[in-house]
Amino acid sequence: MTVDAVVVGSGPGGSAAADVLTAAGWTVVIFEKGRDHLLDPDDHTRPASDFSNDEIKFLHRHFLGPDPFLEPHTFRTCEEDGDHIHVGSVNAIPSTVGGGGVHADGKVPRFREEDFALASTLGPQEGAAVADWPLGYEDLEPFYARAEESIGVAGLDGSNPFAAKRSGPFPMPPGADMYGATLSVAAAERLGYHPYPAPTAANSVPYQGRPACNNCGFCAFFGCPIHAKGDPVALLTRVMATGRAELRAETFVSKVLTSSGRASGVEYVGQDGKTRTMSSRHVFLAGGAVETPRLLLLSGMTHPMIGRHLMFHFQTIAAGGFEIDMHPDRGRSVTHLHDDHIVGDEESRQAAREAGLPWLRGGTVEHTGQAHVIMEARHYGWGSAHPQAMRDSPLRRHLWALCMQGEDLPYPGNRVDLDPRVRDVRGFPVARLTYRPGPHELAASAHFGPRLEGILRQMGAQWTSVATSPGVDYRGSSQSPIPDSHHVMGTVRMGRDPATSVVDAYGAMHEFPNLVVADSSVFVTSTGYGPTLTLVALAARAAARVAGVGAQPDDVFTRETKAH
Amino acid sequence: MVTGVPIFLTDSEYRVLRCACDRMFPATAHNPGADALGVADYIDGLLGAFHFDPPRIWAGGPYSGRHGGADRFATFHRLGPLDELAWRTRLEGSCGMPEREFNGPVVGYQERYRSGLARLGEHFPEASWEEKRLRLEADPDFCEMVFHHGCEGMYGAPEYGGNRNCGGWEAAGYTGDVQPRGWSDSEVSLP
Repeated sequence: MTVDAVVVGSGPGGSAAADVLTAAGWTVVIFEKGRDHLLDPDDHTRPASDFSNDEIKFLHRHFLGPDPFLEPHTFRTCEEDGDHIHVGSVNAIPSTVGGGGVHADGKVPRFREEDFALASTLGPQEGAAVADWPLGYEDLEPFYARAEESIGVAGLDGSNPFAAKRSGPFPMPPGADMYGATLSVAAAERLGYHPYPAPTAANSVPYQGRPACNNCGFCAFFGCPIHAKGDPVALLTRVMATGRAELRAETFVSKVLTSSGRASGVEYVGQDGKTRTMSSRHVFLAGGAVETPRLLLLSGMTHPMIGRHLMFHFQTIAAGGFEIDMHPDRGRSVTHLHDDHIVGDEESRQAAREAGLPWLRGGTVEHTGQAHVIMEARHYGWGSAHPQAMRDSPLRRHLWALCMQGEDLPYPGNRVDLDPRVRDVRGFPVARLTYRPGPHELAASAHFGPRLEGILRQMGAQWTSVATSPGVDYRGSSQSPIPDSHHVMGTVRMGRDPATSVVDAYGAMHEFPNLVVADSSVFVTSTGYGPTLTLVALAARAAARVAGVGAQPDDVFTRETKAH
Repeated sequence: MVTGVPIFLTDSEYRVLRCACDRMFPATAHNPGADALGVADYIDGLLGAFHFDPPRIWAGGPYSGRHGGADRFATFHRLGPLDELAWRTRLEGSCGMPEREFNGPVVGYQERYRSGLARLGEHFPEASWEEKRLRLEADPDFCEMVFHHGCEGMYGAPEYGGNRNCGGWEAAGYTGDVQPRGWSDSEVSLP
C-alpha cells in the first residue's frame, strides 16, 4: 500500500500539515512514537479523558513522555566536555500524541516583520550564522490567520503596539487577567513599557465545540482536562474526522527511505517491536528540532547543516517577593506579555556597544508566577523550618516573576547529533545536544535583567533576584547548564542556498524535494517569541504548496492537485 | 487486592522510613507533619506500585470528585509495555535483564531505599533529633531522594497514598486539583 503522505510526529506541526493534506483529499498516516492520551481510543474524532490536575503525574512521573530511561537525550556544553556530561531528561518536549502542544500553556504570538530579516536589518554577529529567512511575514500572514482560526486563539486587537499587521481580528477576546499580572502590567506601564494580553490558544469562550478555559491553573506542562487548549486537539480531531487519516501511536519511525533522489516512505518499529516499511508519495517530518535531525541522521543523511544551529531561548527570569497573595495557581499561567525588549532603544544599543557587539535583542517577557506546590516544597530545606516556609510561601503565593524569552543566535557549534554510546530502548543512538549561550545572549541578559527587576520593584517587591536558564556559572555550583526552555529551533534550517541550508522556503529538502520538514527545525533565527504559531503556519504553508491549495479551505487559489 | 501497610518495605524498614520522613517534615501547630499525612505510605506505595493492578504509577482523570465530576483519580492508568519496562526498571532495578540494561545496569529505588534505610540503622527512631539530622546528612544521595519523594507525599494528590485528607494542601494554603469547577474570572483577577 502506498499512501499519499506519511507524517512523522503528531504535534502542532504534524497536525497542521495533516489538516491541510486531508482537507485537500490526501490519505495520510501519522506516526507518533509516544502514547495516545489525547484522543478517545474508541473514536479518534473525540478527545480522551486522561488529563488531570495532578502534579505528580505530569511533573514528576513522565506521563507525557519521553521517559528518560526509555528515550534519554544526552547533553554537553561543548566538544571539550567529551561525549556528554548528562544522560537523561534534556529539554523534554512531550513524546505523546499532540506533542509539545499538549503541555504548552498556549502562548501563540506571531513573529514581527523584522524577525524574518535580521541579517539585512541589523547585520551579522561574529561567530553566529545570522541570516534572513527565505520568506517574509507577508508570505506567512494568511497561514498565521488560518492557524489562529483553526486552533482558536484569544487576544486583544490593537493591544500590542509592536505587533505585526494582521488581516483580521483574533477569533476570541482575551480571558481573565491573572491577579499578579494586573499589578505587573500596571507597574510596567508606569515605567513606559507596553504590556498586552498574551495571544493564547486557550478558549476564552466556547469555541468549535470545546468549552471555555476555567482557569484551573494547571496549564503549563499539563494536558487540559476539559480540552479548552486548542492546540493540537482541534486540528487532530478534524484530521481524523475526514476519514482519510490513520494515527499510529507508540510507533517509532527509524528511517526515511529514499530512492532516485526522492523520499519513498519510512521504516518504522511498531508496537509489537517488529520493523516494517510503508511507502508514501510524500514524507513530512514533524518530530521537533531534536528528533527531526536525529531521524535524518539515523537515515544516513549527511548534509553538514543537519543538526547545526540549535537554538533555545536564553531565559532571563526576574523574581520578586511580595506581601500580598498573588494566587498564581489561578489562571492560564501567563496572561500578559510585553515586547519592548525585542525592539531596540538607545540604552540597548549602548549596551551592545559596551559589550563589543553590533546589536543585541531581548525577547518577549512573560508575566507569570509559580503555581505548583511540590515544586515549591523542593526549594525549601527540610527540617523544622520547612512547614513554616510552606505556610509563608515566599516562593509561590508571595512571588511574581517576569521571564524573558531572549533571542538565541544560531551558533554552528550548538547542535544536535547522535550520541556515540547511549541508546534508546529500541537500540537506536539517541540525540545528543551540544549547547552553550554566546556573548550576545549573555550581554542581552545582563542588560535586560535589571530592567525586569525594576518592574518588580515598581510593583512593590520586598526582594528581587535574577537567574538565567541555562545557568552560566554552573561549574562547581548548583546551576544547571541545561536549558529549561522547551522552545527548540533551527537544526534543519531553511534557505535558498543548498550549501548553507537543508530545506527550501517551503520546508522541502533541497536533496529530496518530496521530503518536507514541518516543525521548528527549519527556523533560521529564533526571534524572541515562542515558536508554536509560526511552526504551525509554516507547516500548513508547506503542506498547502505540496497539495496545491491556498491558505484557507475555500481559498480561490488553485486547487489543482499536483502530480505526486 | 493488596491492603494494609507496609506494602513493599519490611515492618522494621517502614518504621525507620516513617521516622526519617517525620524528621524531614515535622509536625507543627499549622502542619500535621509527614507521619500524620502518610508520607511513608506514599513512598512505600511507590516502591510497591506493581503490587496493584493497574500499577499505582499514574492516577486517573479527568477529575477527583473533590470539586465536582466523577471520582476518577483513584482509577489508575494502565501502562503500555514500554511504560511498564521503564517503571519496573526504575523501581526494581535492571536485575541483570538485557532488556533493562541497554545503557548499562540500573540500581532501582527499592534497593536504594533498602540500603539507605539500613545505613540509617534499625534504631534510628530512638536517636536524638540532632543525631537523626547527622545520619541523614551523612548520606546525601539517599537524603535527597527521600526529601524529593517526601515532598510528593506531603503535597501530591491523596490518591497516591500521602497528603491524607488533603491535610498537606490545607497547611500550605493550596487548593489542589480544582476541575471541573475551576476558578471564576473574579477569583482569578481580584485579590
